[in-house]
Amino acid sequence: MSFWEKYVFSTDHKVIGLQYMFTGLFMAAIGGFFVYVFRMQLAFPGISVPGYGEVTPLAYNSLVTNHGTIMIFWFAMPVLIAAFGNILIPLMIGCDDMVFPRINRLSFQIFLLSAIILIASFFVPNGGFGGAWTSYPPLSANAEYNATPLGAPMWLIAVALEFVAFLLGGINFITTLMNARAPGMTMYRIPIVLWMIVIASILFMCSVGPLIAGAVMLLFDQTLGTSFYNPAGGGDPLLWQHLFWFFGHPEVYVVLLPAMGIVAEIMATMARKKLFGYKTILYSVIATGILSFVVWAHHQFIAGIDPRMANLFTVTTLLISVPIAELCFVYIATLYGGSITFNTPMLWALSFMVEFLIGGITGIFLGASGVDIFFHDTYFVVAHFHYTFVPIAIIGFYAGITYWFPKIFGKMLSDRLGKIHFWGTIIPFNFIFIPLFLLGAAGQHRRIWDFSNYSDLATPEFFNLRVIATVSLIVMISFQFVFLFNFIKSLRSKEKAPKNPWDANTLEWTADSPPPHGNWPELPEKVYRGPYEFSHPDRESDFWPQDEPGPDPDDPDYKSGYSPDSDIESSSTKA
Amino acid sequence: MSQAPIATSRSASGIPTARLAVWWVLASEIVIFGGLIMCYLMFRLHHESWAYEAEATKTAAGAFNTFVLLTSSLFVVLAHNAAEKKDTVKAVRYIWYTIFGGFVFMAVKAYEYTSEISHGYTMFKSVFWSFYYLATGLHGFHVVCGMFIMWMISRDVKKGKNLHRVEAIGIYWHFVDVVWIFLFPLLYIAK
Amino acid sequence: MSNSEEHHGHSAKHYVKIYWILLAMLGVSIVGPEIGIKWLTLITAFGIALVKAWMVCAYFMHLNIEKKIAWYTLAATLLLLLVFFTGVAPDVMKPEGQNWKSLYHEQTREEWDAEYDAAHHGDDHGDDHGDGGH
Repeated sequence: MSFWEKYVFSTDHKVIGLQYMFTGLFMAAIGGFFVYVFRMQLAFPGISVPGYGEVTPLAYNSLVTNHGTIMIFWFAMPVLIAAFGNILIPLMIGCDDMVFPRINRLSFQIFLLSAIILIASFFVPNGGFGGAWTSYPPLSANAEYNATPLGAPMWLIAVALEFVAFLLGGINFITTLMNARAPGMTMYRIPIVLWMIVIASILFMCSVGPLIAGAVMLLFDQTLGTSFYNPAGGGDPLLWQHLFWFFGHPEVYVVLLPAMGIVAEIMATMARKKLFGYKTILYSVIATGILSFVVWAHHQFIAGIDPRMANLFTVTTLLISVPIAELCFVYIATLYGGSITFNTPMLWALSFMVEFLIGGITGIFLGASGVDIFFHDTYFVVAHFHYTFVPIAIIGFYAGITYWFPKIFGKMLSDRLGKIHFWGTIIPFNFIFIPLFLLGAAGQHRRIWDFSNYSDLATPEFFNLRVIATVSLIVMISFQFVFLFNFIKSLRSKEKAPKNPWDANTLEWTADSPPPHGNWPELPEKVYRGPYEFSHPDRESDFWPQDEPGPDPDDPDYKSGYSPDSDIESSSTKA
Repeated sequence: MSQAPIATSRSASGIPTARLAVWWVLASEIVIFGGLIMCYLMFRLHHESWAYEAEATKTAAGAFNTFVLLTSSLFVVLAHNAAEKKDTVKAVRYIWYTIFGGFVFMAVKAYEYTSEISHGYTMFKSVFWSFYYLATGLHGFHVVCGMFIMWMISRDVKKGKNLHRVEAIGIYWHFVDVVWIFLFPLLYIAK
Repeated sequence: MSNSEEHHGHSAKHYVKIYWILLAMLGVSIVGPEIGIKWLTLITAFGIALVKAWMVCAYFMHLNIEKKIAWYTLAATLLLLLVFFTGVAPDVMKPEGQNWKSLYHEQTREEWDAEYDAAHHGDDHGDDHGDGGH
């Protein structure tokens, strides 16, 4: 096979997954560069940023808009859902590929095209779109307001294409999980990460529809001059906000769920303990998914929406923290009493819980409409959603890649470098966003190019906080090179990774590392039990692979060799 | 690489893979068209003048097009019926009847657009007309895509390959029909 | 009516029968507005559209003999649209607010009639926005 066939136009799910991953990481590097530029401007207004130059107000708008867009649509989604979904789904359910390999390839190609259009939009006259990633009309619809007549429609087309790519990919994921499972892989034996990825795909698919129609409407408003969102012509600008957030809020859970799934896999394996309450997790996730469709207007509390609806959406927003809290408790219960190995993937998984919790708890402040009137559009909001999205996208990605690296690339990552990278990322991360919480609570507004024009925000104390955040950011970015170095060094090392370095149960660890095209010479014949049978008292070895012939301890007829009193594992699963 | 993976032939859910995928495609299409129709309804219900605007749409043309789509739906289900009995000649014939139905539909639509635009009912006259062109245009786009896919499938069917795809495209075509069944009263009848 | 044929697939005759029922309903929905009673028009237009859509889904798409999960999936998306409508309608369907007023001028019946006559008698079109030349 030629290079092109093998790596560019391949229909192999693992290659497509890697294509998604590397494209996503490349886009993340761009998004990371953008944040470096505008954070420099905020901490040292008017400075000529090394590697960029002076930041004009117009460029500032474009940078923040595209930082947000890239990090969510071109980094979090492709890496967490598309990359891990593509690599893991066929391997974990024991089949040779996705059910529609060519549609899978098409989905990546459309995604790549969308990324190219987005990057191209930075270089057109007046630069990339500057109307914020939420793209509210009239700011986004009128070129004289957003000052980016070419960037705006290109941004919109890129986003719409990206949606199409993920619709195609999502349908592939859902169909594959529903139909292509190995014999014996029943509903409750599917690894939880796959449930999460597929439920996320369903959430995406169901929520994005109205926005696709809405995006076409906005495109017509921008380019042709219709009045869908123009009140003077009989339209309504609030309609876009509703369309956007009807998608935008489920989108948070679309990226959250795969990350939580990755964390669950790692926790069970590294704590050598059965995942506590598999069904509880599954039902909590489904409840989260359903609730995520009825919370969207909490983004619009001060947009002039009906106050009665604001009350309703406050209640639903507070409600959705219940299933998410349930998930956190279940994860903690999984760790409780386990024999935990503190290696790099586990550190990432544990830090996900801690950092995401901070994001989740501050979200409850913002979900209450009364408090939100004060906090709306301040840096408190910025810090809040970065405390959710950074754990989701960055920590979730590192957790996943450090855990599955041996399977994907057939080499082991260095644990020592991994830990240096971990601490070098986590500590500065908190130093970036805790100051932003303080600034936001003090009233610092988002989307301001230069705070020195606001006397109450331009005090030296405030600037110190901004400088702390910016310097921490630069430290955090520099530590990513440790990962890059580790990545390249491990890839070049001679030592091959074993098939199952973590002694995990799921099916992907029975394939070669890395698995060839087709994954197994002979597909796994039958799945005998759930994926998390660790430290089972009836067994010598502390893990019990899913495909090893034998009984299923979850089976009601299963006869334990132990007395029921001492058998904590099986009693906990009955709950 | 030209061979389909084993994954495609599995059917753990009891629904054949192609059909299952089409159901999910339809689910995503329902929210696209549905979102658009919901937005239209919200405006329509509180803009009195949209009732007058709707009077300029041609009910007869819309009704004829409904008839055309219903007929083509019948043809495509007959094609599926023939494909199930491995009667490829008949299946191809019915697929082509369906494609022809699509052509007639688009021709009538083109006539309507021309006549409306020449009377000044362009996309910019009011948001009603913006919605009218967007909804019928999006629907027309789906008709054209369906015709194109049917043409590709008919070439396979002629060779006796991939007969199960006739059912898949049939389901899609019925969905396009159902969307029109709702657009017709929304845009042409309710005045 | 499908139960007897469930295991053999549907016959061509059956499809043609459904087709005639659909056409008859189409006829009713066209004639409906001619009677001129508003609530009756709503029923003949949208009630019949629902029945027609249901028949196409059940008998042409074969949802009646498909696994239940397909029904549930499609029905769930419809439910979602209802949620969307309920959440958005209170805002979008509100003609005024406390801190803003709408500059939009809604055409009255007379204005519209005058414009309609102008459009259908002269060659010149009656566009009132001035940008209809696109």
